[in-house]
Amino acid sequence: MTKYVLPDLSYDYGALEPNISGRIMELHHDKHHLAYVNGANSALDALAEARDKNDLTMVNKFQKDLAFNLAGHVNHTVFWKNMSPDGGDKPTGELAAAIDHFFGSFDAFRAHFTASALGIQGSGWSILVWEMFGQKLIIEQLYDHQGNLAVGSIPLLMLDMWEHAFYLDYQNVKPEYVKAFWNIVNWADVQARFDEATVGITSFD
Amino acid sequence: MSKYVLPDLSYDYGALEPNISGRIMELHHDKHHLAYVNGANSALDALAEAREKNDLSMVNKFQKDLAFNLAGHINHTVFWENMSPEGGDKPTGELAAAIDNFFGSFDAFRAHFTASALGIQGSGWSILVWDILGQKLIIEQLYDHQGNLSVGSIPLLMLDMWEHAFYLDYQNVKPEYVKAFWNIVNWADVQARFDEASNHTSTLLLP
Repeated sequence: MTKYVLPDLSYDYGALEPNISGRIMELHHDKHHLAYVNGANSALDALAEARDKNDLTMVNKFQKDLAFNLAGHVNHTVFWKNMSPDGGDKPTGELAAAIDHFFGSFDAFRAHFTASALGIQGSGWSILVWEMFGQKLIIEQLYDHQGNLAVGSIPLLMLDMWEHAFYLDYQNVKPEYVKAFWNIVNWADVQARFDEATVGITSFD
Repeated sequence: MSKYVLPDLSYDYGALEPNISGRIMELHHDKHHLAYVNGANSALDALAEAREKNDLSMVNKFQKDLAFNLAGHINHTVFWENMSPEGGDKPTGELAAAIDNFFGSFDAFRAHFTASALGIQGSGWSILVWDILGQKLIIEQLYDHQGNLSVGSIPLLMLDMWEHAFYLDYQNVKPEYVKAFWNIVNWADVQARFDEASNHTSTLLLP
């Protein structure tokens, strides 16, 4: 079975400075993200071995390891693409219209997403998702990598609020990190994800 | 904005007996599921009001309420369709082949899914999902309705292991409940979800 693999960044480690330092990006990608990739593969291997041996006594541990590490891998894969040295400003076109529809305005969306990020207790993510069941844009506030979300949540924009994502640059001043994030959001990427998620949907209700 | 609504069951409350009683199905659908639908709508309303008033001091509570209730609504909506009075037996065709590929065999899959269900501590679900990023079938063990899963998990088969799902019929004997579940799994529905997920989601994460 194919393994999960660590994707390359599509920009240099230092490309997002001064918003996020090259030192953070290098550690975050090469160490943290890699650990999730390896952890997801290990968990799948452990579960396959448990099935082969018909010994499922450790299933709770392996399922937790799988959920944590796979979610960590998926989250970071999206997060890297959500940022760009050419990012910032605001969404336009259909994504902008959908944000206005579901959140009232871009400013209201940004305030809500920011509050969700700053409100996280412990480690987590603030994320904008396409909720495929209700066909809505919603914000979810993830616990760790894998808690507090509905199945069928398609990620469009994800902000990592684990301390490893910002501490070397911002220490305890999380609001400055979130403020800097808005300078580098790759709205073209978010728009492309939105387009894929909403194929065939012509109006919002 | 459109509200979430409680879907009708596609069979009578008693249709799954003796595996699940009509009494459980009626309470489960009319009371529990309805509460999640109302809770999801209320959470969205509360968040909209918070944005309008620019008072986001309660955002953690409302996000938790949204995740819990929306997930509860989606989970039950899938769960009802995953069961049928004409269910049981095993999957066939492409779904059966995929289960063999990702789990070794149907028996190995069923043992793993069952162990995941019986291992839940507290309330939760054992679920078979299509993992969009890896293009794999995997089992996830949900905590409550909304914990311990990855974004981009497309549900194919969901088994409710909350006590309200089985207690009136089975009390503390959870293995008998899970055994009965396999008698009523609607594999045609699972196959249809597998077809949609494996054919129409590969680009959703812009790989």
